[in-house]
Amino acid sequence: MATVASPASDLALHERLLEHWETRPGLFGVFGTVDHKTIGKRYLVTAFVFLILGGIEASIMRLQLAHGDLRLVTPEEYNQLFTLHGATMIFWYASPVLSGFSNYLWPLLIGARDMAFPRLNAYSYWTFLLSGVFLYSSLLVGQAPDGGWFAYVPMTRAEFSPGLNLDFYALALILLTISTTAGAINFIVTVFKLRAPGMSINRIPILMWGTTTTSFAALFALPSLTVACVMLYLDRRFGTRFFDAAGGGHPLLWQHLFWIFGHPWVYIVVLPAMGIVSDALPTFCRRPLVAYTVVALATVTTGILGFGVWVHHMFATGLAPLAISFFSAASFAITIPSAIAVFAWIATIWHGRPVIRTPFLFMAGFIVLFVIGGVSGVATAAASFDQQLTDTYFVVAHIHYVLIGINLFPVAAGLYYWFPKMTGKLMDERLGRWNFWTMFVGFNLGFFPMHISGLLGMPRRIYTYPSGIGWDTVNLITTVGAFLFAVGVLLLVINVVRSRLRGAPAGPNPWDGPTLEWATSSPPPPYNFAVIPTVGSRHPLWEKRLEESGRSVLDEGPTLEAEKTTLETSPLDGQLTDVLHMPEDTLYPVLHALALMATFYGLLVRSTWLSVAGAVLVLALTIGWLWPTARALEEA
Amino acid sequence: MAMRSPLVLVAMLAACEGAPSYLQGRGYVADREATLGWVLLAIASAVVVVIAILVLGATFRRRPPGGDLIREGGGMRWIVIGAIIVPSVILLGTTIYSTVVLARVARPAAKPSIVVQVIGHRWWWEVRYPGTSPAEAFATANEIHIPVHQPVQLELSSADVIHSFWIPQLAGKMDLIPGQTNVTWIEADTAGAYRGQCGEYCGLQHAGMRMSVVADSPAEFTRWLQAQRQGAAAPAADLAAAGEQVFQRSACAVCHTVRGSEAGGAVGPDLTHFASRATLAAGVLPNTQGNLAGWVANPQGIKPGVIMPAVPLRPADLHAVIAYLQALK
Repeated sequence: MATVASPASDLALHERLLEHWETRPGLFGVFGTVDHKTIGKRYLVTAFVFLILGGIEASIMRLQLAHGDLRLVTPEEYNQLFTLHGATMIFWYASPVLSGFSNYLWPLLIGARDMAFPRLNAYSYWTFLLSGVFLYSSLLVGQAPDGGWFAYVPMTRAEFSPGLNLDFYALALILLTISTTAGAINFIVTVFKLRAPGMSINRIPILMWGTTTTSFAALFALPSLTVACVMLYLDRRFGTRFFDAAGGGHPLLWQHLFWIFGHPWVYIVVLPAMGIVSDALPTFCRRPLVAYTVVALATVTTGILGFGVWVHHMFATGLAPLAISFFSAASFAITIPSAIAVFAWIATIWHGRPVIRTPFLFMAGFIVLFVIGGVSGVATAAASFDQQLTDTYFVVAHIHYVLIGINLFPVAAGLYYWFPKMTGKLMDERLGRWNFWTMFVGFNLGFFPMHISGLLGMPRRIYTYPSGIGWDTVNLITTVGAFLFAVGVLLLVINVVRSRLRGAPAGPNPWDGPTLEWATSSPPPPYNFAVIPTVGSRHPLWEKRLEESGRSVLDEGPTLEAEKTTLETSPLDGQLTDVLHMPEDTLYPVLHALALMATFYGLLVRSTWLSVAGAVLVLALTIGWLWPTARALEEA
Repeated sequence: MAMRSPLVLVAMLAACEGAPSYLQGRGYVADREATLGWVLLAIASAVVVVIAILVLGATFRRRPPGGDLIREGGGMRWIVIGAIIVPSVILLGTTIYSTVVLARVARPAAKPSIVVQVIGHRWWWEVRYPGTSPAEAFATANEIHIPVHQPVQLELSSADVIHSFWIPQLAGKMDLIPGQTNVTWIEADTAGAYRGQCGEYCGLQHAGMRMSVVADSPAEFTRWLQAQRQGAAAPAADLAAAGEQVFQRSACAVCHTVRGSEAGGAVGPDLTHFASRATLAAGVLPNTQGNLAGWVANPQGIKPGVIMPAVPLRPADLHAVIAYLQALK
């Protein structure tokens, strides 16, 4: 097997490992790399680009709604704006940004050299990027989706929406679900097979519990969305009648399919973000997380319960009160696992010794926003009150406290926390504090009043409202707050760019963090760890000072320098089982993704030859991709 | 954080006159939903305040001068009490309370004697009063009259896409879905006009799909019913009579019905007693002469995307049609 040495400063070893792991410079490297760190950073940057696009859309809407009866945009433009805004933020920002963190961090957290399927990982990224390009290309022809991010039929059937708008929607989402499914498979195999020896499943960081749970949830939830989108496309293009009541179909079929996917998706975009907090908060509290096991189990429980509450999006559709009350009760019950996480964080701060730096500010602020978003969610679980709340601005407030409070705030905390690892540079602390307070004040000023406009009876998804019925002032405050919040997000971007260029050097472990990623240099070398560590506890870098019984070994062990390999271990106990050969950089993923996109454009414009040519190309590239290597043939 | 108690703000703003706030119920269902809502918002506000204080307290509490890392242990009590026992008690209570409210508002104590059928269209409301015999049946649009203190059964369906019937101060939403008829009910406990609006995104003029429910005294309601059952009277004035001619021979009559005349179109709202309604264009404008002229001359200017086309009329004809419509009391 591998040689055992103690070569922490062994330059020759470094050179040998680089030979296997470094991506070649030049165009081939740019498009062919399978390095999870590059892919992770690309995910993060791309997701932020989508965040900014969605933010621009939101800003235009807020100008339109600053006062009643304004006519800045037409109803058609407004409908496209809010549909793009919702779809972009939920599908192309909130979930991919967390995939970015997980892709970058996972191998570093578990002492591996890459993800389980590096080429599939590259493929996930390219299909994610291209699905977003596909979606936004709708703007070039002025036919962006306009049916809301939930695209309720029959309004979205060809009968009522003859343009390309909803074809862009359905096809872009199908393309994206391919990306997300590939990513989920990769995460699941990685967490169960690639952990460093000794890293039993109860020693992985909570972020990994979060992403593993959401990966399973995605595998079960996404088919429902894919099927719904395929049926919508068939209804629109080939005249099937899945959703046509007059033809034996039913409009509510779409709603069930959409929300069976949609509610688990809410947890998919928050559980890994909660994991970020569970892992980063202890570093700033100078102690391990309180009740690790309970938090991990609560994460999994939330993921499971998340499948049992979808009908609370449909309380006004005329379902029987008895059916409604079951889903109402389940929606109340799902509060408990979230409460467990909240109290674990508070207890961690209470029993810790907080160091108030920018990441801590974002996490402390997040806890309060999480609770506001949580309790407003409880209000919507009460079915009869929800029949009033649903489709009003109260729900708009709720969803933004969830998606911004529980996703963007932890993401900002995570960026400040891991940016030094990713770049080797510290982010600016002073600008960081400005950044936090602008975002926190702007967010609450902008989004809290939405609860009130909702309670005052203002429906959502309206391009204008009559002035003088009590909605003007509260909407003006919302608009001002939203723009202040936008300035806050801009400060985050500025801090990232500035620190990337001129940040102070970080060193391997600037925060004195406890987990494996802080054991390697910043930024890590392409092979992550020169020596594969052996893990003896949950906090390899703290265990001596905490006087824990476990003993990790970080500077001695297998170096795997002869070939491009990483270790395979058993799913639960993390016992060494095999050495895995890892694939080289390759252009197959990007080409395959491009061919797939071409096929989808063919389906969009109803060009048979483009669809067929694209599909043939996809098939050919799949065969090329899967063609056995010389080594595989030998082993067979 | 702690000082921003949502309740105070809500109470302040809910007092805003004119806003159709569902925290100020004026009907059997909305009253109970509003009480439930206030209870939930009070609990929610209390939870947020407590958590904010805990976060601040945990961060800034005095600590003995410290050494290095703090060992694991302790803290489970927080979770058992704060995250399991207390929330379970609160949630069980609210679940039971909200289920009881749901059961109470699901159907009225006695079967309503009045039935109103509401059919959603892009972007207006067709309202039918079937009565007890075909002779009593009539249709109107966008303005529903009910007698105060009496439960009224609503039968909701849709002619095109999904809409949602919603009068915030009378009851929560119920969707109008093609292919099924949803049955719900309302009962007003104070006479007056209540603003309503489509509660489910339904396309271009979702924002312009408004309506009102007018709760009349029983006597007024009976008078209204009797008036609505009549066909339109032949216009008395010359101008209005000329307007009727224009109406009949132009595109107007293709889409609209005026009972008692030859106009029998079924695409747009029934205009038999159009002038008795307080608003036009599905609650978007007060029903005044100026607004009406602007609407007929250029509907797209007022509701962009609306299905009603601009009917080209000479100024004199437009003038006459307006006079005719205003005579449809």
